[in-house]
Amino acid sequence: MGRKLLTEHVNVEGIETFAVYRKHGGYRAVEKALKMTPEEVVEEVKKSGLRGRGGAGFPTGLKWSFLAKPEGVPRYLVCNADESEPGTFKDRFLMSKLPHLLIEGMIAGSYALGARTSYIYIRGELLYVLRILEKAIAEAYAAGFLGENILGSGYSLDLHVHPGGGAYICGEETALLESLEGKRGNPRNKPPFPAVQGLYARPTVVNNVESIATVVPILNMGGDEYAKIGVGKSTGTKLFSACGHLNKPGIYELELGVPVEEFIYSDEYCGGIWKGRELKAVVAGGSSVPILPKELILKTAAGEPRLMTYESLSDGGFVTGTMLGSGGFIAMDETTCIVKNTWNFSRFYHHESCGQCSPCREGTGWMEKVLHRLEHGHGSMHDIDLVVSVAKQIEGNTICPLGEAAAWPVAAAVRHFRDEFEWHVTHPKEATQPGAVYRGNMVLA
Amino acid sequence: MEPTTAPTKPQFSPAAQAEIKRLLSHYPDDRKKSTLLPVLHIAQAEFGGWVSPEVQDLVAETLGLRPIEVYEVSTFYTMFNLKPVGKHVLEICRTGPCMLRGSDELTAHLERITGAKVGETSPDGQFTLKEVECLAACGFAPVVQVREKYYESLDTEKNVNAMLSELKSLVHRPILPWEETGLPTSLNNN
Amino acid sequence: MAKITFDGIEVEVPDGTTILNAARKIGGGIVPPAMCYYTPLKGSGGKCRACLVRVAAGSAKDPRPMPKLVASCITTVQDGMVVENTTSQQVMDVRKGIVEMLLINHPLDCPVCDQAGECDLQNFAYEHGVSTTRYEEERRTFDKIDIGPYVQLHMTRCILCYRCVYTADQLTDARVHGVLGRGDASEIGTYIENTISNDFSGNVIDVCPVGALTDKTFRFKQRVWFTKPVNAHRECGHEKCSGHVTLWYKGQDVLRVTARKDEYGEVKEWICNECRFEKKETSDWVIEGPAHIDRSSVISANHYELPVINPQVIADLPESTVRELERNPPLKLGGMSGSM
Ligand SMILES: Cc1cc2nc3c(=O)[nH]c(=O)nc-3n(C[C@H](O)[C@H](O)[C@H](O)COP(=O)(O)O)c2cc1C
Ligand code: SF4
Ligand code: SF4
Ligand code: SF4
Ligand code: FES
Ligand code: FES
Repeated sequence: MGRKLLTEHVNVEGIETFAVYRKHGGYRAVEKALKMTPEEVVEEVKKSGLRGRGGAGFPTGLKWSFLAKPEGVPRYLVCNADESEPGTFKDRFLMSKLPHLLIEGMIAGSYALGARTSYIYIRGELLYVLRILEKAIAEAYAAGFLGENILGSGYSLDLHVHPGGGAYICGEETALLESLEGKRGNPRNKPPFPAVQGLYARPTVVNNVESIATVVPILNMGGDEYAKIGVGKSTGTKLFSACGHLNKPGIYELELGVPVEEFIYSDEYCGGIWKGRELKAVVAGGSSVPILPKELILKTAAGEPRLMTYESLSDGGFVTGTMLGSGGFIAMDETTCIVKNTWNFSRFYHHESCGQCSPCREGTGWMEKVLHRLEHGHGSMHDIDLVVSVAKQIEGNTICPLGEAAAWPVAAAVRHFRDEFEWHVTHPKEATQPGAVYRGNMVLA
Repeated sequence: MEPTTAPTKPQFSPAAQAEIKRLLSHYPDDRKKSTLLPVLHIAQAEFGGWVSPEVQDLVAETLGLRPIEVYEVSTFYTMFNLKPVGKHVLEICRTGPCMLRGSDELTAHLERITGAKVGETSPDGQFTLKEVECLAACGFAPVVQVREKYYESLDTEKNVNAMLSELKSLVHRPILPWEETGLPTSLNNN
Repeated sequence: MAKITFDGIEVEVPDGTTILNAARKIGGGIVPPAMCYYTPLKGSGGKCRACLVRVAAGSAKDPRPMPKLVASCITTVQDGMVVENTTSQQVMDVRKGIVEMLLINHPLDCPVCDQAGECDLQNFAYEHGVSTTRYEEERRTFDKIDIGPYVQLHMTRCILCYRCVYTADQLTDARVHGVLGRGDASEIGTYIENTISNDFSGNVIDVCPVGALTDKTFRFKQRVWFTKPVNAHRECGHEKCSGHVTLWYKGQDVLRVTARKDEYGEVKEWICNECRFEKKETSDWVIEGPAHIDRSSVISANHYELPVINPQVIADLPESTVRELERNPPLKLGGMSGSM
């Protein structure tokens, strides 16, 4: 059983309260950080090799070192708690169970960045979590860990939670900042990047909940020690949220490097595929990443066992690999219709496109309509190529990565399951039977 | 059925006004607009679960914004109901992971027993059905959110009925979104 | 100053200039099309993606190519930058895709559209589009609405460039219209019935690249190529109004008044509603002479079939134009109407 750095005490009674959290070693990282210089804190995070847990995997310490620090201009740390990528539900878990872990990370991070006010932007649907956080924040103020002159260090910080209003795009960091400013969640053109002009056009770092929480164990154990966990550049532990057709869906903290096969089938983790069925495909890192068929998710094209690491999951590029993404792990059993699932995802992106730039605004709706047609047995062979071509027209040509997020799943589904799409064209009657599914040349009802 | 139209000249309750004042203190003085989303949530909870144009105008006035600035925002975010709704809005997740575990069947079932189609309110005014995208609860699918509360693992008749009878027993709509605490029914992992 | 190479042509521009404006300094056919960027409007650009170009070398210091195509309207030049527009097949292919995206939900009812003949989308489609569509779905439609006594909104034709919103924000102090909804359900609107009644509201008509916002007072609804543009000015009491306009004549009648546009369709001097909507007599104006017919004019672009040219109309056209029309009988725009 791997080490648990974030969730070690998650089942302790009352751990959401300041007193219990503190008794289990909470806020030691803040005490430690305040005795260091901000630069030293950044250095520890750099040494840890921590990569952003929000999806892009950008090294957190490096990001922090890019923050512009013009004299006399406030800067901000903003926590991205928008968690809306289908398949991803780890941040909600972390915040509702361990609110003080996030708050502790926010204090240490804000200190490192020189922020005097910081925000946690949480998706509006999670209002109950917002209140859990606000209660915990009030406790932290009362205990002197927030507010003026924290622990007599001379450092002061205010921390606030801000709800969204229902929009996946607000997880994109610049859309999030617009939303925090009370506007529509339209992503901004970049440059300028948030590190230079973020919230209120001031230097800002946006980090995922889990990234910020992970700063706590990093400071407690030291960056070098943290970096020893994991494999290669995938250091430390990471939360994976497993869902779909698994016996034990849920949130698992893994030392990076666990084989995918073990993660799916071991009783310690997901416990195999439900109802004794076969695995058909996996979307390993949230709905945006390419889907892989069973053969390719368990083993790389070269026949190596695939591991739960950034590098191993992306081995083979998009031809035979995928991405670790946000850690939203969606497993599909043999009865899953890939065409239907692809249509469902494309409906999601269509629904969530902000509509600012033409390829995404128009292309996501177009893809959804063509896929809907294919799923319902009205498509043609030409439609299969059409939808891939539309995906290609979106990819790389948009303001923000939602364009790619919409295009990749479609392109990958056709890449790996083309025969299933074609079967929907050649066997429209069978394909539209309730529960019908294509499996090679066999139709299972 | 609760009143579906807000009074012509809506006013925030003292509790809501106090909450808005607290929120305003979180942002720089010249950035009042930052409170727009939280204040819209308050407005929706105060005025019958939806934000009428009059209510949106009140929000604009309260924050010193032009009305169009509020309309642009309220129409962008899906949580704001722009038309009258029933006492409880059932927000059913329809996205992939929930679909894999039966959200389509759940929706059909809820349509049958409430007598409302998605987008409609049941004849008794109790339930409005609304389809939403992933609620970050995919491992406990299928999922329905009602205001603050997540109802999870709704793949059994028992769980669905428990949800509905709990909702029916709620007499009052909570005043402020920040007041009622409803913990999710699961999240009992690891 | 920064020196860049654009489609093989060197040009030197001040630091901070966008790639698009550097290309405009060279001018001619290599200039990327711009459907949303509008120089005088802060924050505009980046949305339509029509102006995407390839940066083959980022700068003299870092000559690596940029990984993705960039929007030339918002990307600033670096010394030693090498940019490819018409010389890159990738750019041309992507642009074709952008036209296709902009058109899939567009009605293409040019024959009954007031903008026909001075429409950026029509030109863009003509220059970069393909003549058949792969889009078989139902198109998005909206009812047309009047917003105030002067302006008509035909949302179905809108390409969501946001220019009119920036204009109202930056020129007036009481914006009442904006972008509502999201994704492909976004629309320009006022949400509740509302009138755009500000003194400078008419400028939204000039910035609109398509026929979504049009002048309700445009008398007789003439095709623009039947009208004759003449520059004129008047002393206008309005502080922010330049009083510099183009009058569009048919015979002796002023059919409409617009601000003056440069060759890229940009207004540099705004005008007030009084000049635009209320001054439609020649006697209101000091006439300066025929307006320059820019590149987006149908007459010079020569894309249109004029089914019946009224002799009276021909008499009103400038000499050179008539000769041009005779030499090059306008063609029907390639497959655009109806079958697209
Ligand atoms: C469409 C879209 C949605 C995103 N949603 C989220 C999200 O819900 N949570 C998150 O942390 N990051 C999300 N991201 C990534 C953020 O833009 C950003 O990279 C991240 O918050 C940075 O934090 P990290 O470096 O700690 O991962 C999203 C990105 C895109 C393009
Ligand atoms: S890619 Fe889509 S979501 Fe991103 S800015 Fe463009 S339209 Fe908006
Ligand atoms: S807006 Fe332009 S392309 Fe569209 S119908 Fe009018 S003239 Fe034709
Ligand atoms: S109405 Fe015209 S100016 Fe306004 S967004 Fe649409 S196309 Fe642009
Ligand atoms: S898909 Fe329903 S909660 Fe994520
Ligand atoms: S003009 Fe550059 S993106 Fe529209």
